[in-house]
Parts: sequence; structure tokens; C-alpha cells
Amino acid sequence: METLRTFFSFSDPNIVAVVVGAMLLTASSAVVGTFTLLKKKALVGDAVAHAVLPGICLAFLLSGNKHPLLLIVGAFVTGWISLVLIDYITAKSKIKEDTAIALILSVSFGVGILLLTYIQKTGNAAQTGLESFLFGKAAALVGQDLWVFGVVAVLLILMVSLFFKELKLIAFDENYAAALGLPVRALNLLLTSLTVLAVVTGIQAVGVVLMAAMLITPAAAARFWTNDVLKMTIIAALMGAFSGLAGAFVSYTAPTMPTGPWIVMIISIIALISFFFAPSRGIISKSIEQQRLQFLIMEENLLKELYHLGEIDEDPFKRRTIDELIAKRFFPRLPLKSALGRLRRQGYISRKEDGFQLTKEGRTKGKRVVKLHRLWELYLSRYMKIAPDHVHEDAETIEHVITPALEAELERLMDYPELDPHDSKIPY
Amino acid sequence: MVRRSTQNAISMKIEAKEVAVEFHDLTVSYDKKPVLWNIDMTLPKGKLIGIIGPNGAGKSTLIKSAMGLLPLSSGYVRMFDQALNDIRQQVSYVPQRETVDWDFPTSVLDVVLMGRYSKLGLFKRVRKADKEMAMACLKKVGMEAFTKRQISQLSGGQQQRVFLARALAQDADLYFMDEPFAGVDAATESAILDVLRELTTQGKTVIVVHHDLQSAAAFFDWIVLLNMRLVAVGPIEEVFTNHLLQEAYGGKLTVLSEVSELIKKRRIPSRERY
Ligand SMILES: Nc1ncnc2c1ncn2[C@@H]1O[C@H](COP(=O)(O)OP(=O)(O)O)[C@@H](O)[C@H]1O
Ligand SMILES: [Mg+2]
Repeated sequence: METLRTFFSFSDPNIVAVVVGAMLLTASSAVVGTFTLLKKKALVGDAVAHAVLPGICLAFLLSGNKHPLLLIVGAFVTGWISLVLIDYITAKSKIKEDTAIALILSVSFGVGILLLTYIQKTGNAAQTGLESFLFGKAAALVGQDLWVFGVVAVLLILMVSLFFKELKLIAFDENYAAALGLPVRALNLLLTSLTVLAVVTGIQAVGVVLMAAMLITPAAAARFWTNDVLKMTIIAALMGAFSGLAGAFVSYTAPTMPTGPWIVMIISIIALISFFFAPSRGIISKSIEQQRLQFLIMEENLLKELYHLGEIDEDPFKRRTIDELIAKRFFPRLPLKSALGRLRRQGYISRKEDGFQLTKEGRTKGKRVVKLHRLWELYLSRYMKIAPDHVHEDAETIEHVITPALEAELERLMDYPELDPHDSKIPY
Repeated sequence: MVRRSTQNAISMKIEAKEVAVEFHDLTVSYDKKPVLWNIDMTLPKGKLIGIIGPNGAGKSTLIKSAMGLLPLSSGYVRMFDQALNDIRQQVSYVPQRETVDWDFPTSVLDVVLMGRYSKLGLFKRVRKADKEMAMACLKKVGMEAFTKRQISQLSGGQQQRVFLARALAQDADLYFMDEPFAGVDAATESAILDVLRELTTQGKTVIVVHHDLQSAAAFFDWIVLLNMRLVAVGPIEEVFTNHLLQEAYGGKLTVLSEVSELIKKRRIPSRERY
């Protein structure tokens, strides 16, 4: 608790620097990752994330120091080479893209680990701290490193906002962008460069192993909350920044702990919450919607059967028991009772002792469902030439989805027909 | 007037100043395998022109190569007697509906606004005037009530109309459309047709890929019959003959496809360079 207070009072300028740095890195990865995801290049992001490791090691081996700009250049070069190789393999051989990606990913990561082990063996590993590139270390972001990576992160966000509408268009419809005469090749090159740079900077906080998750997860989580690219990008950035903040906190309280797994765990929890609880796209909201639809269908079916029974007995408002209803059409007993309750509350039926009867409103609604059912049966047999004994099943579903506009269109098209294919009267 | 050309295809001579598009000895290949052979024709201005042919005939390939989206193995395409790059602003393209992911997080209005991007240029944001223009185009196709709708919530016919509105927003003189009538209901079909007709009465040229023979006869002024090669091109009454339709639709051109396969296997360039 005490550390939490100290941390969030931001009294130590070091803490402020680390926090701002970590948030910038994760937010910029999330912003670029939004377009990586929308362009369906998530796997490619993963390959690049692993392919930068040999570059970092080589840059260090060749220069003997770990100036951040040198490491960025090294990472950028091998990151790019991996992309070129993936494209080349896919174009020139029978190997499919996903296989090529897996191939490049594992080979380059293997080479990276090999080089890293070599550096450690030669004894100057302690001084380099290169192994923090594997799992990230937000707290190491101080001084020169912070400046360089902070500037790159700001640059990334700036580039995405400058080219926002073009990036959006090539993600949605690249052919159309080309037809408009936009420089599609250059824009693709730009997006790829941004992806590589985002990976290179992001690994400072998250590490090579989990970087792909950092790139894609915020965007995937944000997608649940909005249907607009701009909002999606902003939400992803905020989510990314929040996980970066959490990572910085962990790094502050437990300096030996790698921050990457923590950051990715936080962003994954956010993604899980989005997956379950987001309105309209989340699965809970989706299943509630499903349930509502099920209820509606059952209610309409009940009103329809009540109307139909009334038609048979020529007494539309006669009282029916639950058993009579079940004999007419099978409804499981419990859901039937609750559906009757709902219909009563909506004023479509009334109850007296054991019997249920339609109200005037209920009869009108039941009549409409019967009408739609018979209209659709007639439509199927007239226009689709489907045999009369095959049209019932289909009409059972369609009767619940036809809108008033379609209803009018059907009536007009068939000129207010009197009888359905089974010679039952169509009620108006 | 109608004559047999050297490619054994019926084609019409039109005066140079009346030409909207000229395909000159065009051959297009995918991965070395030619799918269009020696297309040589001129299409007139101000007409509603249907490109007709069976599945896999190369209709989409033809208009993609006209829009500069594919490398050409040989030949060239000119529009209004100019190269495409010089008059791109005057040419508009409607891709096949299935080529994009309709679950993309964007709204109807945003998609139509994309039609303004080339006029806007890099870095510029859409202005009020662009929005008004996009709204007017949506109104033309009867979609003004769906402006804010997410595109995945549209029916197939509505998606098709949004694509059409986007092309209209370019305010071009020449339109290439890939199957704008595919998967639409009767009402949408006639709504789209009205819009296309209106364009041609304004003197604009509309070239439409279409695969339904029956409706083609009623829709178009001119017809291009295609099946890997040009079968015939001309006014509808001259091209829509039993004999020519048979030629276009009468089975796959087995010899041509087989030769294409061979070329691919042996990696022979479809056109010799020297
Ligand atoms: N991207 C592609 N790569 C390889 N072959 C293709 C590609 N696109 C189309 N084809 C082939 O080219 C031929 C013509 O295709 P297309 O122009 O789409 O025909 P249409 O539009 O008339 O149905 C088909 O045989 C198709 O399989
Ligand atoms: Mg096609």
C-alpha cells in the first residue's frame, strides 16, 4: 500500500520518467497495431517481433556498445529482412504464407538466442543487460534510452495520425485505393516500417517474446467497444497506456521482475473483459440478445396457436388450459408458463382460473403472425415453385422476421391473396 | 458496318473522338498464366456497356487491368486518348463486393467519403463540402437513411449501393463496375439501373461487368462478349445473336485453357520480348 502511494504521488522524477516512457511505448505499439490487425497482418507482426532480436545482438557485437540508436538500426534491419524473406518465400515457392512466417519466426529467434548466449558467455552481459530485451524491463528506461525511444514512440503516433485516412483506406480496400491513384506501395511500405519500429520500441518495455501480443491485443480488445476506426485506435492506445502504467509500477516495486509478462497480462485481462462484457459485440450481450429473440419467438408462437385454436372452434376468445396448448403444439411446460406470464404482463392474454384467453390486442398480434406464415407459404410455392407440403418449416422461421415493409410488399406482389397453398384463409 | 477482325471477333469501328476506352492488343496473365488474350477493341463514349461472359472468362481481370491494378503482359489501355495516369481523376472503379471485409469498423458515410480521397490529397481532412457531396450521392442511391450505419449491418444490395455511391462521389466521366447487380433484389436492381442510365444521359460512360444473360439484353446499349478472348463487341442488337452467345458460353475454351496451363508449367513468358 505504501509503495502504491509513493508510486502514484509521482514525487520521484525518476518514476515520472519511467511511467511516461512505458505508457508512450505501449500506446504507440497499440496505435500501429490497430492497423496491423485491420490489415490482417497480426502473424507478420509476430515474426517481426522475433526477428529483431538477432539485429539487436549483432548491432551490439559489431559496435561493442548499446547506444539505443544503434540497437534500433540493427533491429530495424533484421526486422525488415524477415519481411522481405516472407514475401519472397511466399511468392517464389509453394510454401504458404503462414508456414513461411512460422519458418522465419523460429529461425530468426533461434539465431537471436544463439547470439545472446554468445554475448553472455563472453562476459560483458552484465554490463549490457541485453537479456532484458527478452522479457522487457520498463524500469531500465532512463536517461538516453528514454529520450530516444520516447521520441520514436511520439513519431509513430504522429505518422499514423498524419496518414490516418490513407492507412484506413488501404486496410479496408487496397484495390480501390490503387484505383484512386493513391501511392499504395509507398503506403504499405510506410505501414510495414511503422510496424517494425513499433516492435523495436515496444520491446524495451515488453520484450521480444511477448511483443506480438502487445501489438495486437489492445486493438483486438478495442474492436469490441466500437465500430469506428478512429475510436478503435484511441481506445487501443488508452488500453495500451494503462497496461504500460501497470508494467512501470511492477518494475518499480520489484526491480528484478521482468515487466513484459505483467504488461501483457494486464492487457490480456482487459481483452478478456472486453470479450465478455462489451455492449453488443461482447458474448454476454450477444447471448442476452439471443435469449430475447428466443422469448419473442415463443411468445409469437403462443399467440399464433391461440389464434389458430380460435379459428378452429370459431370462438376467438375461448379460454384454453395449459394442457390444451401443449396438445396443440409441443411447448416444454416451464418455459411455457413463463412465456404466458410475460404475455399477460404485456396485455396480450388474460387469465381466469386455469384458463388463458386472448385479449383484443393479443388476437390482432396472433392474427398477424398467422397471416405472415400463410403469405410466406404462398410466396414460396408461387414464386420459388416449392411444393406445398415443403413450405411450412420455412414459414415457421420467416414469420418472425418479416418487417411491416416486407409484409406490405408481399401483399402487393400477390395482390392480397385469399388462400394459402393448404387452402387456409389468409386473415387480414 | 460490322466486320470480322483479324482476331475473328466482331467489332465496330468508332470515330476516334467518340472513343472512351481503347484496349490495344491486351494480354494479361496471373503468375505467367495468361487469362486474357489479345483483347483489341474500342468502346464508345456515353453508353451503358455490359461486359458479359461465363465465370472465369476474365471479366474482372479486364477491368482491373484497365484500372492499372494488374501488370500487363502486353498491349496497353488508353482512355479518352490519354494514359490512365493522366486522367485518373476522371475514372472511377467499383470493385466486386466480396473483395472487402464488410466487418471493417467503419460507417456508410465514411466509405462513401473514400471516393473523395483522391481529390483531397494526402494529409488533408474531409471538409464539409465533401460530406455534402457524399450525402448527395447516398441520396441518389436511396441510402441517405443509413449514413451512420456500420457497414456490416447492411444487406448485400445495400452494400452494393454504398459502393456505387462511393464511385459517384468521385464525380468521374468513366465508370468501371464489377458486378454491381450481383446478389441484389429486384427493387435495388432497378434503382441501380436508373442511376447508371442517368449517368449515360449526362454523357458519361459506364462499363459494367455482368454475368446474367437474360437481364443483359434489357440493361445495356453495348455489349462486350468475353471468354478469355474477345468474342464480340458492338451494339446489343448486333452482338446478341445465338451464334455469338454460343461462342462465348459454349463450354470452356479447352484448348486455350490448356495452353495457358502449359505456359505456366514451363514458365514461358506469354509474350516474347525479342
Ligand atoms: N489473383 C489471381 N491469381 C491467379 N489466378 C487468378 C487470379 N484472379 C483470377 N484468376 C484466374 O483468372 C481467370 C479469370 O478470372 P476473373 O477475371 O476473375 O473472371 P470473371 O470475373 O470473368 O469471373 C480465372 O480462371 C481465375 O481463376
Ligand atoms: Mg469476376
